[in-house]
This record gives sequence, C-alpha cells and structure tokens, in this order.
Amino acid sequence: MDNFTVGVVVFPGSNCDRDVSWALEGCLDIRTKYLWHESSDLSDVDAIVLPGGFSYGDYLRCGAIARFSPLINSLDNFVKSGRRVLGICNGFQILTESGFLPGALTANKNLNFICDDVELDIVSSKGGWFNDGGEKQTIKLPIAHGEGRYHCDSDTLKKLLDNELIALRYKNNPNGSSFDIAGITNEKGNVLGLMPHPERACDETIGGTDGVVTLKSLILK
Amino acid sequence: MINQENYDLNEALKVENLTINDYEEICKRLKRKPNRTELGMFGVMWSEHCCYRNSKPLLSKFPTKGKNVLVGPGENAGVIDVGNNQKLVFKIESHNHPSAIEPFQGAATGVGGILRDIFTMGARPIAVLNSLRFGNLDKSSNVDLLRGVVSGIAHYGNCVGVPTVGGEIDFDDSYSGNPLVNVMALGLLETNEIVCSGAKNIGSPVLYVGNTTGRDGVGGASFASSELTTTSLDDRPAVQVGDPFIEKSLIEACLEAFKTGDVIAAQDMGAAGLTCSSAEMAANGNLGISIDLDLVPSREDEMSPYQYLLSESQERMLFVVKEDKINDLIKKFNKWGLYANVIGQVIATNEVIISHKGQIVAKIPTSALSDDTPVNFHNVIDTPPDYLLKKWEWKESDLPAIYEQKIFSLKENKNFSYSEIILKLLSNPSIASKRWIYKQYDSQVQSNTVFKPGKSDAAVIRLREQNNKNKNKVFSGIAASVDCNSRWVSLDPFRGAIAAVAESARNVSCVGAEPVAITNNLNFSSPENEIGYWQLSSSCNGIAQACEALETPVTGGNVSLYNESKNKDNVITPINPTPVIGMVGSINNVEKAISSEWKNIDDEIWLIGSTKSDTTIAASSYLEYFHGEITGRPPKIDLVDEKFCQNFLRNAILKSLVVSSHDISDGGLAIALAESCILSSKGATIELTRDLNRDDNLLFAEGGSRIIFSISKINENEWLNYLKENQIKIPSSVFVKKIGRVSNETLKIKIQDKDICNIRVEELSEKFNNSISGYF
Repeated sequence: MDNFTVGVVVFPGSNCDRDVSWALEGCLDIRTKYLWHESSDLSDVDAIVLPGGFSYGDYLRCGAIARFSPLINSLDNFVKSGRRVLGICNGFQILTESGFLPGALTANKNLNFICDDVELDIVSSKGGWFNDGGEKQTIKLPIAHGEGRYHCDSDTLKKLLDNELIALRYKNNPNGSSFDIAGITNEKGNVLGLMPHPERACDETIGGTDGVVTLKSLILK
Repeated sequence: MINQENYDLNEALKVENLTINDYEEICKRLKRKPNRTELGMFGVMWSEHCCYRNSKPLLSKFPTKGKNVLVGPGENAGVIDVGNNQKLVFKIESHNHPSAIEPFQGAATGVGGILRDIFTMGARPIAVLNSLRFGNLDKSSNVDLLRGVVSGIAHYGNCVGVPTVGGEIDFDDSYSGNPLVNVMALGLLETNEIVCSGAKNIGSPVLYVGNTTGRDGVGGASFASSELTTTSLDDRPAVQVGDPFIEKSLIEACLEAFKTGDVIAAQDMGAAGLTCSSAEMAANGNLGISIDLDLVPSREDEMSPYQYLLSESQERMLFVVKEDKINDLIKKFNKWGLYANVIGQVIATNEVIISHKGQIVAKIPTSALSDDTPVNFHNVIDTPPDYLLKKWEWKESDLPAIYEQKIFSLKENKNFSYSEIILKLLSNPSIASKRWIYKQYDSQVQSNTVFKPGKSDAAVIRLREQNNKNKNKVFSGIAASVDCNSRWVSLDPFRGAIAAVAESARNVSCVGAEPVAITNNLNFSSPENEIGYWQLSSSCNGIAQACEALETPVTGGNVSLYNESKNKDNVITPINPTPVIGMVGSINNVEKAISSEWKNIDDEIWLIGSTKSDTTIAASSYLEYFHGEITGRPPKIDLVDEKFCQNFLRNAILKSLVVSSHDISDGGLAIALAESCILSSKGATIELTRDLNRDDNLLFAEGGSRIIFSISKINENEWLNYLKENQIKIPSSVFVKKIGRVSNETLKIKIQDKDICNIRVEELSEKFNNSISGYF
C-alpha cells in the first residue's frame, strides 16, 4: 500500500488540483501525482481524481471539451480494470459528458454560482465512498458551482434508484437537482461523481473533516 | 523617418483628453510635432489613471516606509515581509467607469487587471476582496448594476481559482449613475526574488505573452479619467472583455517562467496596454525598447498602430528575457496554450521606438513619456465649505425626546420601540447580510480560507504555499479588510479618512492579526471642482496621519477621479468621497485567529473602547436610516487610544483568552451585538448603565474605537488576571468592562435594570438575512 499513488488530473483551467493534492498528501498522507491532460499513460497510478475547476474554460458546456482530451480517452480501460475514479464538481461534469456516469449537469436553478456549505444524506453504500462503518448518515460539505443541477430522464432515474447508484442527496436542495441528487456512482461502484468538494473538508483549520472518508476510500480495492 | 500623417489637432486633443498646453509641452519634448499615434500614447500616459496628474502632490504626504515594507509605491504592487521568509504582494484597483456602462465585463476585467499586478511580481494570487458602492436598490437600474457587477466578479474570480474572501458594500444615491467597483488582491511570492519591471541588458529580447491584441479597450485609461455623461454608453467599446481561463493559464505559465530566473523583467499590459508597459519598462530600467507591431499576435485584421498601442485587450504581459533561454520560455507558454512572441528588444538609447509595416510609427524619448509628467495644481480651500459647517452644528438634543422607551422617527413620523428600531436597521441593505452577494463567490478554493465570509471582521488566509504539503507545521496567516464609511467622509473628509484607516486596522486586530500596511483606492469626484479637490486633499491628510500613528505605511494604490454623473438636464451628481482602505495584517499562528460570533452559552461579553474617541449619533447610520438625516460631525478618533485598544485585545486573543470579537461600526453597539447573535444563533443578555447620554446614544451611537468580545467561562480567571496585570498600562481614557453574557435564543438589553429590548434571534436573523436577497 505504501506505493499507492493517486493521479490528480490537470486540465488547463483546473483550479482544485492542488487542493486535492493537499488534502490527500498533507492531510491524509496518500501519495499523489499530477497527470497532464495530454498524457494517456495511466500505468503508474492506482486511482484517479478529476478535480474541480473550469477545464478549457468550460466554454460551450462544462466538461464538453475535456471529454475529448487524450487523458479522458484513455480512462475507459482504467475504469474497466476496476480502479477508482473520483470526479469532483467539474470532474463530475466531465464524467457525465464523457458517459462514465449517466445524466447531465445544467445551470443552477437560480442561475447564480453558489458557494455554501450543504448538508447531505448518505444514501447508498455502493463502493464504500462515504460510510466507514460509523453511524454517520449525514455529512456537511462545501459546494461551489454554477452548473450543478443534476438532470436525467425518468428511465435513468429509475435505474439509478433500482441499482442504488445515488450516493448523496441534498437535505435542502440548493440548485434544483432532480431528486436532490448530489452525487452518483456507476454500477460497479468504482466511479463516483459529486458536486460537493470533499477535498475542502479534510482539514479542521478551514472548516470540517467530513470529506476525509471519501478521499481515503480512494485506496480501497 | 517617422510617419507623419495629418490630423485635426483640436479633435485629437479632445479624444485624448489633453490640453493645448500639454500639446506644446509634447512638441517641446519631442522637438517636433507628434504624429497621431504618438499623441495617443501621450494621451494615455498623461491621464490621471496612469500618472496621477491631479493627485500626485497629495499622495506624496503618505508614509511609505516601514520595517516590513519591501516594495512601496511605484512598482506593480506593494510587497511586505510577513515573516518566515514569506513575502506578501497586495494592491487595490478600481474599475468604476467600465462597470458603470458594462457592469459584467467592467467588474470581471477589474478582477483580472489587479490579479496581473500581483503575479507580474512573481506572486501567486491567494485572495481577492472587493469594495462596492451602488445607488439605493429601490431603483431597478441599481439592482441591475449590482447583479451585473457581482456576476462579473464571480465569473472571473471563480474561474481563475482565486478565492474572493471578503469585502464591503454600501448604498447611497450619489452612486446611482456612477457605481464603484474596487478590487483588492493579495499574493504570496513564489519566486526567490521579486520580479521587477525595469528593462535590463541591452540587446535582450522583449517577449510578448498571453492573449492576442484586439481593438477592445482602446483608450480605456483616458475614458476612465473623465466624467460619465448620458452618452457614455457609446463608449462601450472602451470596455475590455476578459477571459479568466486564459488568465488562469497565464498565472501558471508566468510563475513557471519566473521560477527559472530567465525572465529579467516583467510588466503587465493594463491601462494603456503596450504603450504603458513598454514605456514603463524602458523608463524603470533607464534604457530604451524597440517594438515591431507586425510581430504582435492580433485577433483582428488591419489594426492600425494606434490601435495596437492603445488596445487594452486583457491577459497580456511583456517580458525582457535572457536571449539564450528564449525557446525554453516560449515552450512553457505554448504548453498552456498561450502566445509567446518576441516582438522587440532592449536598446541602448533611451527611447521607445515602434515600427509597423517597415515604417517607424512612433519614436519617443522615454523621459518624455514618463518623467515629470504634467501636474494639474489645484487650489485647496482653507476652511471647510459652509454647507458642512452648518451640518456640524447638529447635536443630539435636536432629536425628539424619548418618551416611555419610544422614539419618534423624523423620517416616518411615528413612534418606534428600541426593538423595532434594531430590526429596522438590520434590514437596511447597507447593514444587512451580504450573503446574496458573497454566496456567488468561491471563497474556499485554494483550501486556505480560515473563516467563511461574513463570519469574521477581517478575512483570514492561512499562508501555505500551494506546493507545501507538510501538515505538521504551524502555519502563519494574514488578515485583510477593506473599509470606508463614505457617509463620514462626505461629512468630514479628514475625520472620515482617519476613521477608515482606524476601522480597517480594528477589523484586522479583531481576528487577532497585527495591522502591517495598507493600499488605498481614492474614489473622488472631479478635482476641478473646489469641493471635490478639498475632499481629496483632506482625506489624504487624514490617511497620512492615521497611517503614521498606527504604523501602517501605504504601499501603493489607485486614484479614481471624475466619479460623477450627468443626467439629461446636465445636472452633475458627484459621488460621496470614498477613500477605500485595504489593510493587511499578519498572525504568527493562524490557529489563534478568532471570528465574531458567540461561541458558548454563558460566556462573558465585554466591551473595550476609548472616551477620548467620540461616541456619537452624529453622522450615524441610525440618524440616516431611522431619522432620514445625513448630518452632524462624524466622531473624532483618538489614534493613541485606538492603537492601545487594538493591541490590548490582540494580545488577549493571542493568549487564547478571547473567543470572539467584533468591532462596533454601522448601527452602534446594538447592531454589533445583534450580529454576533445572528452569526451564532445564540442570544445575549446585556446590562448597560445609564450615563449622561440619551438611551439611543447608548444603543446606536458610532465611534469610540469600541470592540465587543467574549470570554469563555473556563478562561474567566485567567482573563481577570491578565486585566489586573495590565491595569497600570491602561490609559484612564480607555475602559474595559463586562456588559453581559451569551444566552439562549434572545437578545435582551437592559439599561439600569430596565428591559428596553427583547428580541428572538430568529427574528433578528430573518430581517438581517432577507433584505438584499429580497431585491432579486
């Protein structure tokens, strides 16, 4: 486990890449490595985080350009191998744009960017991303996004529900997301996308440690 | 041979905002007539925005040196030593006129511009604050302006990944046609050496990096240096368009480039674009620069030399670099998808030489552009204007007598209880929660923001370099606050300016940090009007005096004049004079910093303040918002006591004796108490003793260098010991007294054992939180 390395992807416009790296290395002692968006060699990382930010400026649509990057193109095999991928905020948007997760993220209902702390219900234990066996069923994490309103058609929603793919739901829906969805996993459970920022809650000095379990679970098999 | 085309001189001078005297001076300096392009270059370089032609004599009064100041005024931004070998770069700048006519892009590029000033020096931007002024929100155009400005700041700041951590906003009708948008940025130096702007090494290549040059923002600096009129909307092309994505990439590429040590000098292209940056690099290095415009990456065809030189297209920088490292540097920029073109070189003669299509289109001695720039001297009136002298006669006894704990509002012609007045003040947009605004700003990115916005008197940032992953270290921190009570400045520019410096320092002290230095943004009306100039001059005197006394030197700033608007009937409305102070302070252990909300039930609530600093209803928020009167002379602040109170409290905070602290400002003691209740969802039981003043003075008076703070139960003895040990040092004019305890659910205030206010915190919050958001 000592050599376990989490790849943190850097697109031009990513701006939470260093925060993720600080949370993992500084707070949790997990080794990280930056992966430049043009690289397609993922052989020396054991898990991947797609961090928040505005990849390629997020012009056109959030995540719409990032999905064509060499790195995302090589992600398919990585996911199929069962290794873990965590998409936070813009990372979640990229995962839906590139089809690793269903649905889409659209502009917040009030059309404004929202930066706030939100209460979240842990809905599913799939992939073990949230529950470390403790009692905690509700966590508080920061959000910061302009386009975080999760949307999907009713068939997809049914599939999400039937397969327990909804990981997190807002207690007080801030952005108009369908079914209060804040985060979902793929069927296998090794890919998680969420709008809240667990990396901003791994450190008491800046407000809370409710994000620790999620980042720590990157090293789960 | 220099290209000399004919042009209409009068028309050209008008466009460039130059006088005929300026023109004669230019001819003298060039020893010939300038061509049209050269005249344009002089126009921007000699504007107030670039050379402070009206304010220069006043700015020279500011103290600019201090033990922690590494770089003072003159460079792109100020630099201070914050200990542990860390250097903090900071500056404030305005984007008022662009925001008036195009609020979204005006505000967005305001953020972009000030960030470039920071990273040009080798620092990574770590925080942004803003100070905003708008007309009252009952007018829909002001609501639209606020919405546009806030989304512009959010758009740029959020995307570029720099947290917006604090700010202030105030509403007054004088800003209706001319809102103020001031942005302060702070950065932490990541290079060993501060990157300066002076060109060095003759023959070194001049490298242009960043975005392309277009026609946007041509003449922006001249435009910013004249008043707004009904036709100003036609100047919309003078407003630049920003691209925060390019800026983010530019930050990364520049910092990578600076770390190699291969960049000899750097200057961002801000106001006056290529003209200003090349002239300043040449002048600061005492050398010359030659530039070939054909090598400049452009986004539009057929641009004229004039347009190239005066374009204010965003996200561009000019470097002087080591010749043998040029390819490595270009590669770094290309990796981030940015242009990097060699467009000229450093030359031995002290001239800026510009060529275009094989012809020299401008050839100006650098000294002609930037040395001894013209100064407009104005006469300063020696007594305050009559209308103010009259207002200063106002006294508290002019208010209606208090009858059965009810006060008659002169504004609404009816009686109100104290509780009703508190709720009324809390829902005034200038006092109410600014949550609707700061919720749109990413305040957390970079993972160093210690308190959420609105929770503390000053923003607190942990100083952790982005690549530092050592958690076991004790991190130091910095605090920052922007402040200006523009009502006070309008009623007494000297006292008001002193108060602005004192308040910003007090805010920084309230979190536990030591005030170190300031940057300032002087927003005033036309200096050609004698009252406008008197306001500017008196404010500068006040700032100078306060900064001297509080030992917080001025490291730079920005002057924005001609802030006034003209309506259809040609009636001119000048803004309230608004000298915004951006204070920074440092704290050795960031874990010691405290916020302003109550912490535990039963904690003691204390008050510190000075009787030498006036505590008065004159010029207060209560007088304006409850009685509808903007009058009276604002409080005089005793700077010696002010400093004592701040030091005394700060030392107690650093000993971990104090768990919350909040300065008393708009709305007085009652509002400060209410705010600490709202932020904590806890109540307070307060007992006050009646003095010679009216009860509304006890509750709502402002001034007095006062701060409320709370002591946790477990620290009570230690606190009393600290107080006793220091008793002898406390001046007789300073009081430190217990006024109550933190409680559940309600804010109760007694005066002489009589209940005068009893409000549930829920009700306070409801008024406080739903005021501004109600307009959208």
